[in-house]
Amino acid sequence: MGLLGDAFVYLCAAVIAVPIANRLGLGSVLGYLIAGVVIGPILGIVGKETADVQHFAEFGVVMMLFLVGLELRPAMLWKMRQQLIGLGGLQVVGTTAVFTGIGYLFGLSWQSAVALGMILALSSTAIVLQTLNEKGWMKTQGGQSSFSVLLTQDIAVIPMLAVLPLLAAGNGVGHGEAHGSDSHGDAAAHGGEALASLPGWAQALIILAVIAAIIIAGRHLLRPVFRFIAEARLREIFTATALLLVIGIALLMDFVGLSPALGTFLAGVVLSDSDYRHELEADIEPFKGLLLGLFFLTVGAGIDFGLLFGAPLTIFGLAVGLLSVKFALLFALGTIFKLKGADRWLFALGLAQAGEFAFVLFGFAAGSGVLETGILQTMTLVVAISMVLTPALFIFYEKVVAPRAVATSDREPDKIDSRGRVVVAGMGRFGQIVSRMLLTSGYDVVILDHDPQTIDNLSRIGIRTFYGDATRPDLLHGAGLEDADLFIAAVDDRDKQTLMVEHVAKTYPKVKILARARDRHHVYELENAGAHYAEREVFEGALALGRRAFTELGRHPFRARTKAQEFRHHDLAMLDDLRANYNDGGVDTSYIDAMRAHSDTLFEIMRVDRGDERHERTERGWNPPPKGDATL
Amino acid sequence: MAKVLVLFAHPRPDRSEVNLPLFETAQNVQGVTAVDLYARYPDFSIDVDSEQAQLIAHDVVVFQHPLYWYSAPSIMKEWQDLVLEHGFAYGLHGKALHGKTFMNAITAGAMSEAYSTEGMNHADLRSLLAPFEKTADLCGMRYLAPFVMYGAGRAQEDNRLDIHRNGYDDLLKALVADRLDLDKATHASVLTDVLDDFILKGEVV
Repeated sequence: MGLLGDAFVYLCAAVIAVPIANRLGLGSVLGYLIAGVVIGPILGIVGKETADVQHFAEFGVVMMLFLVGLELRPAMLWKMRQQLIGLGGLQVVGTTAVFTGIGYLFGLSWQSAVALGMILALSSTAIVLQTLNEKGWMKTQGGQSSFSVLLTQDIAVIPMLAVLPLLAAGNGVGHGEAHGSDSHGDAAAHGGEALASLPGWAQALIILAVIAAIIIAGRHLLRPVFRFIAEARLREIFTATALLLVIGIALLMDFVGLSPALGTFLAGVVLSDSDYRHELEADIEPFKGLLLGLFFLTVGAGIDFGLLFGAPLTIFGLAVGLLSVKFALLFALGTIFKLKGADRWLFALGLAQAGEFAFVLFGFAAGSGVLETGILQTMTLVVAISMVLTPALFIFYEKVVAPRAVATSDREPDKIDSRGRVVVAGMGRFGQIVSRMLLTSGYDVVILDHDPQTIDNLSRIGIRTFYGDATRPDLLHGAGLEDADLFIAAVDDRDKQTLMVEHVAKTYPKVKILARARDRHHVYELENAGAHYAEREVFEGALALGRRAFTELGRHPFRARTKAQEFRHHDLAMLDDLRANYNDGGVDTSYIDAMRAHSDTLFEIMRVDRGDERHERTERGWNPPPKGDATL
Repeated sequence: MAKVLVLFAHPRPDRSEVNLPLFETAQNVQGVTAVDLYARYPDFSIDVDSEQAQLIAHDVVVFQHPLYWYSAPSIMKEWQDLVLEHGFAYGLHGKALHGKTFMNAITAGAMSEAYSTEGMNHADLRSLLAPFEKTADLCGMRYLAPFVMYGAGRAQEDNRLDIHRNGYDDLLKALVADRLDLDKATHASVLTDVLDDFILKGEVV
């Protein structure tokens, strides 16, 4: 099969298996694994060449760490530091220690045991976050604690990548020739070739210089570059720049002998504070998704089923053991950190599996020889099975644990963050006012705009805006719409605005949508697209000016206000009345007739106080009683 | 010389037959600051700081308004609620208004007979205005009997408007010149057009 043939097989498997797995609550990672199993061991369509493909697909891991870095805004990390270091740190270290001990008891060398312990300490970010979001458990204390631990694990991968080759150096190869050998595996295999001739201190110096260069360039050089590219308004060139950045850093790190993943992670962290964060995320995300998917496909294709059928009890026993040990540790941690009732169960059940990072790290471990092939084969199966069982654990929580927690409702309610999260799309004349109102009131607001000039001006006055075309679904996703409470659509372009509202309403049915409308017809269009409320952009402003015109013409300011209110009231009533008519047949004769009738009424209402006695009876509001009333 | 502040509230000055002319009278008296509250705050967003400063700068405060449901038009309640803050107008350290004088200048729809224990309202006007009087008390202000025009709805037809305008003019001028007999006005039931008994003659000491 040629390249296209391979691509066809892999894509076909993914396209069929992943949506089905997702629908079953297994998550996309398992979907890819299953697809791999089907085209590999079961159908035998792909074979040995998967190893090469896997090597290529590992670049998805590098991209994933770039994205992880992008997510880690230093300010947010600092705010979460107690949860991360305390809860997350204890989980990673404690679980690693326990599994290391178990591995050692099973007769592994201590290096292998440590490697395995670290790898099994990690849980599946992909499955757990997806489930928590889907079920709406993210904002419970159990959900928040799970999130903290997953975040710590994501960060912990970086030191693990660094430690694995070191463990390898002391393992397998034998103590005598371990040092300075080139058998470090992928991460550092080619590394240092360029620098090998230099003395150790010079190598260290160069490495430090490279890291410093990434941080400094990220802070000061990349922003103007991205701005320049963004101003060209060529979306694919922005994407190309983002890819170039990731690949460039990976090459550079390779050159000096460091892990490419570490370098891109660092670049991600540096850029996480920049205005272009969401756009970068949106651009890299599909590449990362596909490459990682491919990676998991190859893992699935490489699974040795002979092993499973040879010793099914051992494999399942190990998987259940893995889940039980992790569950017990998490449950204990939850108790220490005062998680109550259902929250503690959610936390412990949810994170009990091993995760997709395990496959990544197994890949590294295989390359560096820290774990034997036999163990890797077995553990790959064990990890996969622990992931397959996870949806069952969540179902157990949902059907058994959660209802009981509600029944005995004497405990405190879950702490729900009620401040509300808002995404504002469009930071023009309209969006700015709305955003400033919300921001100055302390709401958590994510702002998107596609004009670099606007972004610069706003960041100068201290308002953080993210660059990107807010009508792009991927960018909206990157802005965190799935956990937003409110979406404010304030894009200038009429049609883009409608399309965007339609997309958000369909994709994020829980998010309330408030939209800026061009005119009355646009209000109807936006409502039909799914907006919960649409406000005509010039309506209130024009009313204010009309009111001012009344006072300039000699009307009492309070009377001018009352008249403006009457006009407003009537116009809104007309907006309501004409809706059905417009939705029925657009601007047809019946619509025009209805509008004309409304204009006549408006004329009557507004004319009333021109000293015309005939209208006295129809007028309301602070009128003196009629003169002839004898009871007064 | 006293500085007099007239706070005027009428939501429909375009339909006002008595109050608006009275307000114009007030505007033309030297030493009187005449403020149309509905014009100044059509949206009810009252500027508390500037209103308080204005109170401090005056010695006499007059609420001029039509009687709406035995009280004032709503903006005056809003004004009281916002401007007469604790720590400013009342409370342990709220002494900014102590020693000042307060009164209502009111137009009522019904004739004077309605405002008596035997009449329709079963009480006289001053006792119906008790909330204003108690407010003045709490703020340490001297409360004068209300200056009132009864049967305001027919004032034009009965040719009573000019007499009343003159009375209001006299009242405000006497307040400015410190010639109003405050003790007498404090104990009176109401003040009407005929103010001769209340205005001091000769030199003011």
